[in-house]
Order: sequence, then C-alpha cells, then structure tokens
Amino acid sequence: MRDQRRGPLASVGLHTTLVIASAVAVFPPLWLVVTSFKPKSEAFSTDVVKDPTLRNYQHVLGDTEFLTWFGNSLFIVVITTLLGVFVAATTGYAVSRFRFPGMRPLMWLLLITQMFPVAILIVPLYNIMSTLGWLNQPISLIVTYLTVAVPFCAWMMKGFFDTIPVEIDESGRVDGLNPFGTFWRLVVPLAKPGLAVTAFYTFITAWAEVAYASAFMTGEENLTLAAGLQTFVNQYTSDWGSMTAAAVMIAIPAALVFSWAQRHLVAGLTAGATKS
Amino acid sequence: MAVDTSPAMDPAAGAKGARGRGGRVHKPGTPPPRRIRNALARHWYAWAMVAPVVLVIGLIIGYPLVRGVYLSLTDANEANVERTIGINHIPATYKTVGLDNFRAILKDQVFWDRLSWTVTWTVSCVALTFAIGLGLAVLLNRRFAGRTLYRSLLILPWAVPAFVSVFAWRLLYNEKNGILNKVLHGGGIDAVPWLNDPTMAKVSVIAVNIWLGVPFMLVALLGGLQSIPGELYEAAEMDGASPWQRFRHITLPGLRSVSSTVILLSTIWTFNMFPVIFLLTRGGPGDSTEILVTYAYRLSFVNSPRDFAGASAWGVLILLILMLFAVIYRRSLRKQGEVW
Repeated sequence: MRDQRRGPLASVGLHTTLVIASAVAVFPPLWLVVTSFKPKSEAFSTDVVKDPTLRNYQHVLGDTEFLTWFGNSLFIVVITTLLGVFVAATTGYAVSRFRFPGMRPLMWLLLITQMFPVAILIVPLYNIMSTLGWLNQPISLIVTYLTVAVPFCAWMMKGFFDTIPVEIDESGRVDGLNPFGTFWRLVVPLAKPGLAVTAFYTFITAWAEVAYASAFMTGEENLTLAAGLQTFVNQYTSDWGSMTAAAVMIAIPAALVFSWAQRHLVAGLTAGATKS
Repeated sequence: MAVDTSPAMDPAAGAKGARGRGGRVHKPGTPPPRRIRNALARHWYAWAMVAPVVLVIGLIIGYPLVRGVYLSLTDANEANVERTIGINHIPATYKTVGLDNFRAILKDQVFWDRLSWTVTWTVSCVALTFAIGLGLAVLLNRRFAGRTLYRSLLILPWAVPAFVSVFAWRLLYNEKNGILNKVLHGGGIDAVPWLNDPTMAKVSVIAVNIWLGVPFMLVALLGGLQSIPGELYEAAEMDGASPWQRFRHITLPGLRSVSSTVILLSTIWTFNMFPVIFLLTRGGPGDSTEILVTYAYRLSFVNSPRDFAGASAWGVLILLILMLFAVIYRRSLRKQGEVW
C-alpha cells in the first residue's frame, strides 16, 4: 500500500473526516436508542437520559400487538430469504455458466424488473391477491418480496459465480457429477460470501418493506412490523416513546443478520458489481 | 474436459471473450423439430435453473403489468370496478377510454412539476451519494489504525431497516423539539422548519436519502478499489504522477464497471424511492416533495375516490421514462467499449 509517507497533517485530516462521517452515520439510530429509554414525557429532551426507564419497552411488549407483528414479519422474512437465496443462486449460476437461448432477454428482464414502480403493480397485485384470497395471508407478501429481491440478487450472484474458476466445474464433470450436482456440491460451498450477501439483502428488503405491507395487510393481528410501527406515530397520535422502543427492537434482528454477513459484504458485492 | 461437449456446459463460458449470444451454436440448416429437441437436450439444465425466476416474474410482474397497462387505458376508479359489498357482487362498469388518461396527464402542469422535482431529486441524490461514497471508499482503502472500526460504523445505516431510520430522522427533524433545532438554538440560530417549508423539506428528504444510500455505494466502491492492482499505482508514482493524476488515470478507470452498475441501479432505486418520502413528509408540505411514484400511490390509495386508471397511467409513464433512461445509459456504455 501507498501510505508510508503520509504526513501528520494528512493523518489528522484523514481521521477527522472519518470521525465526522462515522458520527453522522451512527447518530440517528443512536439517538433513537437513547430516546427509547426516556420517560414518555421527555421524549424530546436533549439531555442524554436522566433517569433511564424500561417503561416504553414494557408498554410495547405488554400492551400492544408488537409481538404478533414481530412473529408475522419473522415468518415472512425467513421464508422469503430461504427461497430467495436458493432461486437467486440457481439463476445466477445458470446465467454465469451456460450460454442458452433466452439468456440475454433474461438478463434484461432482471434489470427491467428493478424499474417497476410500486405504483403500477400495486393495484393489479392487490386485485390478484384478493381474487386468490391471499390478502392478509403471509404468502402474498412472500411472493411479492421474492419478485423485489430476487432479480438484483441473481445479478449479484452471477457476478460472484463468474469469479469462481470454471475448472472447478469441469473437474466435477469429469468425476461424473451432473450440472446440478456440480452446482450443489462444489460451487455452492465456494460461493458462501455471495450467498451471505444475497441472504442479507433479501432479509433487509423484506424486513423493511412498507408499501405492499401496508396495502395487503389489514387488521391489527395481521400487520407486519413496518405497517405496525406506523400506528404509533400517525396523523392523530404521536407516541414517540413506544415508537422508539419498538424501532430499537425491530433493528436488533437486522443488526444481527448484518453483523453475520458483514465480513462477506465487500467480497460478495464486489464480485457482483465488478463483473455484472 | 472431454471433447464431446457435455450437454450444457460451454468450456469457455467463464472467459470474457465468449459472451456471445446464446443459441447460435446450432447449424442453420437443421430442421426445426430436431433443433428444438437438440436445444432441449443441450439447454434443459440451464432452463430448469432459471425456471423459478421466470415463473415468479412472469406471474407476479408480467400479469400485473399487462393489467396495469390495460387499466391505464380505462376510466377505472373505486366506484366502477368489480367489487363485493356484503353478499352483493357488483360487476365492473368501467370502459376503455384509449389514451385519454395520458393526454390529460401530459397536459397537466402537475405532471411536469412532479417530473422536474423527481429528476432533481434523483440526480442530486445519486451524484452526492456517489461522490461521498467514493470519497470515503478512497480514504478507507488505505491501511491505518482503526480502519475496520470506521468501516463498520460507516455502513451501520445499512443495517437499520430504512423505515426505522426514517422515523429516527423525523425525531431529529422535529421543528419544535427535535435535537437539530435544539442544537441550532444553542448556537443562537432560529428554528429551521425542516419538514414544513417546501425548500427545506426538499433538502431534508435528499439528506436522508443520501444518508441511507452511502453505505451501499461505499461497500461497492471499496470492493472495486480493492480489485485495482497496487502495481499500477507504484508504477505511476515512479513516473512522477501526482495523487490527482493517479486518481484520474488509475482509480476512476479502474472503477468504471463498478460505478456504471451502481449508478444505474441507484438511479432506478432513487427514482422509485417510496418509503423515504412517504414516511418522512407524505409528499408535503403541499405536494412539494411528492415524486412521481408517491403521487401515483396517492392517486390509488390515499385520495378518494381512488383513481385506479390515473395511477396506472402514471405508473406506465414512470416505467417508460426509466426504460428510456436504461436503454440510453446502456448504449452510451457500449459505445465506450463496455459489453454486457
């Protein structure tokens, strides 16, 4: 690396910039955490907690449907992530390794689905879901989220598979594995970083989706977290205490998945971005 | 690898040079039925692997799209679509009106106002996010104490679900009691109506979107930087190139393929960014922060009576704009020699 001759001034500049940037990055969520421990009446005081309280957490967990929403979200997201990673991986692999008729249109399709505004799909989708009797059912959101997350993930996985030498596949074939066997036994284990990023991306997409969740799910007990959180702070009420406590608890699973995937993020995304 | 090419595997598939169009391997003279059988034998592995995606996309995006386009040509609204009230089933009574919806929208100043703000929003968000992400990535690409810590802190916003972050920002932006104004007050500055003044609200939503977008840019660009061989920099330094020259002639070209992808994707994402605006300002004050997507959503889910036809027509226009953009963008990349 080329930094041996950095002067003290450059060093100070480097660290100052990074400290400021990190502070900006960390402050809003941190403030949320701080606020969640304040008594309701002081939600907006600028002091760092004077007398910390768990009242907000108790209230959210005990007196609201929060746990139900949490369960709903968790169920939807776990299924979406499992299916999404699997489908994105097979697609990415096929596009990376095989030249087949329909491949270029497929690549275009994957890109174009990124462009679909919620606005054009949501009304017809709502109608379909209602015809199928899927409104208020987790499956409606699972299927919808798959279409949101899988195209990008497949693109990313393609780039990732491109970086795995073809010789590995060839050796598998020589040993008598068919393409599915090669994929499953040899390539998937090597692609763990890519899979981790895909899982993380699918998870966060589904965990944080707002528009479809608000439109498809009604009735307190069917809401997901994204829709449920809005009930704390809307036009009529603003219960910032409950909101912040709930927000912190919503962020925890995401943070856990994130810290698990984090060391793979750079490697995974690089491969996806540089090669696609 | 054996010489008789096994059904689906192209030995040169991984090599860059082999990215030709698929399906050109068959001899042109082969009669069609046999060609289909051959293609099946050769490609069924690949087709089996992509089938789930094609199915899901076809059913859940293809059909709604067709239906959305169809609705945009009708006068469907809440009052005349098919619906069931109690035990009564009321059939649809809307009719097709051709391109009337589009004509009406394009004649309306509202569309052009929303379009110009959406473009401003997209360009400023993407440009600033990219610039900040690149700057931080370059800083983090050196070796120094605390690098890993900085990196974790800087990508933290990504770990927080976007709607949670948006609520956190609403807490900060609160006009009477938010911490931003409290801090400004401490410095003797009057409260800033972050979300209640049309101009400030625009600045505020852009700031939040940048805050949300930087981690993705940072990680992608950092990865790109790490794939540039260090020898290039050493050679350039030997030749006496200044830091700026090295940045211009090594870093930027080295990042070309990463940046072209992330810029394309984040442009599309930002153009369609629903939650930030919807949750932060609901498009307000007035409709000053309403982008095309949130406006279309408002037509079909917030306004009364719900205007399904109008919302679909807006959706079709949004899609057309984005596709036009993607085609032009891809074409300009291809002209620079980037093949995809």
